[in-house]
Amino acid sequence: MKRYSAFAIAREAARYHTGWERAWAAPEPKPQYDVIVIGAGGHGLATAYYLGKNHGIKNVAIIEKGWLGGGNTGRNTTIIRSNYLQDPSAAIYEKARSLYETMSQDLNYNVMFSPRGLIMLAQTHHEVRGYQRTAYANALQGVKTEFIGPERVKELVPIIDITGPRYPVLGGLYQARGGTARHDAVAWGYARACSDMGMHVLQKTEVTAIRSDAGNVTGVETSRGFIGCKKLSIVVAGHSGHVAEMAGFRLPIESVALQALVSEPIKPCMDVVVMANTVHGYMSQSDKGEMVIGGGTDGYNNYTQRGSFHHIEETVRALIETFPMLSRLKMLRQWGGIVDITGDRSPILSKTPLGNCFINCGWGTGGFKAIPGSGWAMAELVAKGEPGPLAAEFGLDRFRQGRFIDESVAAGVAH
Amino acid sequence: MLLLECPYCGVAADETELAAGGEAHLKRETVGSLDAEFEEYLFMRENPRGVHFERWRHAYGCGKWFLAARDTMTLEVFGTYPAQSKKPPKAIENLIKKKRPDWKGWA
Ligand SMILES: Cc1cc2nc3c(=O)[nH]c(=O)nc-3n(C[C@H](O)[C@H](O)[C@H](O)COP(=O)(O)OP(=O)(O)OC[C@H]3O[C@@H](n4cnc5c(N)ncnc54)[C@H](O)[C@@H]3O)c2cc1C
Ligand SMILES: [Zn+2]
Repeated sequence: MKRYSAFAIAREAARYHTGWERAWAAPEPKPQYDVIVIGAGGHGLATAYYLGKNHGIKNVAIIEKGWLGGGNTGRNTTIIRSNYLQDPSAAIYEKARSLYETMSQDLNYNVMFSPRGLIMLAQTHHEVRGYQRTAYANALQGVKTEFIGPERVKELVPIIDITGPRYPVLGGLYQARGGTARHDAVAWGYARACSDMGMHVLQKTEVTAIRSDAGNVTGVETSRGFIGCKKLSIVVAGHSGHVAEMAGFRLPIESVALQALVSEPIKPCMDVVVMANTVHGYMSQSDKGEMVIGGGTDGYNNYTQRGSFHHIEETVRALIETFPMLSRLKMLRQWGGIVDITGDRSPILSKTPLGNCFINCGWGTGGFKAIPGSGWAMAELVAKGEPGPLAAEFGLDRFRQGRFIDESVAAGVAH
Repeated sequence: MLLLECPYCGVAADETELAAGGEAHLKRETVGSLDAEFEEYLFMRENPRGVHFERWRHAYGCGKWFLAARDTMTLEVFGTYPAQSKKPPKAIENLIKKKRPDWKGWA
């Protein structure tokens, strides 16, 4: 792999850009791999990357039914934070956030990580108490956050109206090293690095059945024929229930639509990420100048990647109260993704009832921020067959044991 | 936007008038049930790509719960029926079979 650098740009400029190579290969499937990962979203690709990088397992295929990064990874609003309430969440999300800090250098691919700061607004007294509690929890977990007052919020976000009639801003939970990254670049950067290690990214290849022998996985049937494997990792987000059924087990998951939208591009007006959970809206400004807006999920099971319009309306209506200047903006595009919601709103990284088959799912509305940490933990689980410290609490058995990692109270909104 | 007919008051209600209540026909567990049974009842879900039976409440109408049969891949609604039903009415079942020949069938 030729490295990207300022020098490479100069060299290519001098020869009319004829020397760039393909970022990743498009190989024919081998009959057998050590590990197959189903799903080339961020989590699947990161799993493969760390299998190679941390555990030396490089005979790996990542099988994707569409194009890589075309699922939720390419559809999200890219918010990155680790200010969670529960210890297991703080550990894995902070691991991920810290890996984002050096991801561009690690992958030699600019993922445009922008730790511009993130505020979760407290707009009710309940939220003030809740976020103060989270700030204390974060201090104990070693995650740097602070609770700030309304004047400081106004200082950081001048376009905000802190005296709104229904939802005045009473303060906020501020994480100075939270922010955003470029979602496609995260998928592309990992794919390039995996391909460079000799792994196969097989796009336009759908897994249609999972084969096993004596309780252990032996391979997958795909739209390009049977492909054998010693170990299998299912990382398919909204389609987890469907693929788990192929492997013969059920999941505590429901798939629903989550939508986002962007405005026309405007001059820079907000250089932090703001989340308003009471009114179900969150917003950042992209480098192109568009206001990137996300809201709440639809209430019903859905696989169509389009949501209900009234949710968009609710989100925008609520945000206009807090950001009056938004009322003048035209909205350009709207889209949806199918998110996998668990009973306690926390992810699953787990062994499964099928031998040598592992699953990573349930990231729901908030898994972009977790991609590197999740891949790190999942690779360890797949390589060793047992979860390490980051994944240990996220097993499937927790639902039977009543051992929930309850984040729906701490963040009962899409994030 | 979904339109569901409330089987009680007969109104063809807009989605904004309704509250979604998740999978229907769950077997309710109680005192003496095993952990595994509670896990099934509280958390495990069919979540199918295709025919789904689900609960809805006519929240901004008559206020009553009812059940609906719907396709999660197309959002097509096959019909609605009263919440007291132990299983979908024959007419709805037959309609689904006709429209979705590869449907795995009721329960
Ligand atoms: C509108 C929206 C906004 C969001 N905002 C944020 C945010 O601001 N911050 C944040 O942290 N998170 C956010 N999220 C959540 C985040 O996008 C997801 O949690 C994350 O991207 C999940 O990544 P993944 O790799 O698990 O899944 P995906 O990226 O969905 O990848 C799964 C892949 O599996 C493939 N697949 C499925 N079935 C098969 C099969 N049978 N065979 C082969 N391949 C298959 C799919 O095609 C897909 O590409 C948002 C999500 C949405 C929809
Ligand atoms: Zn009614």
